[in-house]
Amino acid sequence: MKTNAAALWLAIAGAALIGAGIWLGQPAAVLAKAARICLECVGIG
Amino acid sequence: MDRKRTGIQAAAALLQNANFKGFFSGKIYQGPLKSVCVPGLNCYSCPGAVGACPIGSLQSFLGAVRFRFPYYVLGLLLFFGALLGRTVCGFLCPFGLLQELLHRIPFVKKTDRFAADRPLRALKYAVLVLLVIVLPLCAALTPFFCKYVCPAGTAAGLLLALRDGLVRAQLGGIFLWKCAVLALIVLGSLIVWRPFCKYLCPLGAIYGFFNRVSLHRMRLDAAKCIGCGACAEACRMCVDPSRAPNSSECIRCGDCVRACPTAALHIGFGERPKEKEL
Repeated sequence: MKTNAAALWLAIAGAALIGAGIWLGQPAAVLAKAARICLECVGIG
Repeated sequence: MDRKRTGIQAAAALLQNANFKGFFSGKIYQGPLKSVCVPGLNCYSCPGAVGACPIGSLQSFLGAVRFRFPYYVLGLLLFFGALLGRTVCGFLCPFGLLQELLHRIPFVKKTDRFAADRPLRALKYAVLVLLVIVLPLCAALTPFFCKYVCPAGTAAGLLLALRDGLVRAQLGGIFLWKCAVLALIVLGSLIVWRPFCKYLCPLGAIYGFFNRVSLHRMRLDAAKCIGCGACAEACRMCVDPSRAPNSSECIRCGDCVRACPTAALHIGFGERPKEKEL
């Protein structure tokens, strides 16, 4: 049961961090980066 | 060959790259789904990508001119890791599927066990610490892993360049370097099973930390294990599941479970009795 409990607590911590990120508007920052061609990623520089 | 797993991998790859018209138009998807990171390595500049790459997003936060702690991206990584560990690598990563398909091409000799294998495994942790975390923190606006290594990004660049003359006109030395890295991984995949996952992938390194505690995990029934070594022999990630069923290298492909003559190994959610969790 210990490992299951640890995994559940980590998943809850992850969900809390996701919630904090959403509250701080971080998905918009991810979208701003992901919605444009990343020049470094595709090898342009 | 596990057709069920291959089917799940293919479905996951298609779902994460469901912007099919992008492959023909050379334009990337720009809708709201791109604010969510997918669990596997899938470049957000791929014309088919409908989600964001977690490693690219992490670097963009760490390398931002005005630093903001990446709660959202780390939360997603923690959430996926706690639930699945490296099951993400074995089932959900499009680049993992690509390497497996390449490995099926008949080649002179296939091998997974060679002297440099063990030391090379440490390289992915160096890539994670240096190229994904430390260097982007030190040099703003440069996602070092994406810029110099990521083969998924190179594949995205090739796909974009095929359809977009503007992209094609700007390709230069860095693109050639990245193509060389991609070519090395493609050639390596013909010989070694999933070389990028074993030696270079920072996402696999992150999920590997969760393998010992993740909800989806391997379990060994010690009472049934006869120590025949069939599981270790079957493992293409070179793990011995009878000694370390939740090794950070295990991607939960299930080859060992199928090879076990006494059904001592199990993969799944939840606990089983008489288990040995190392």
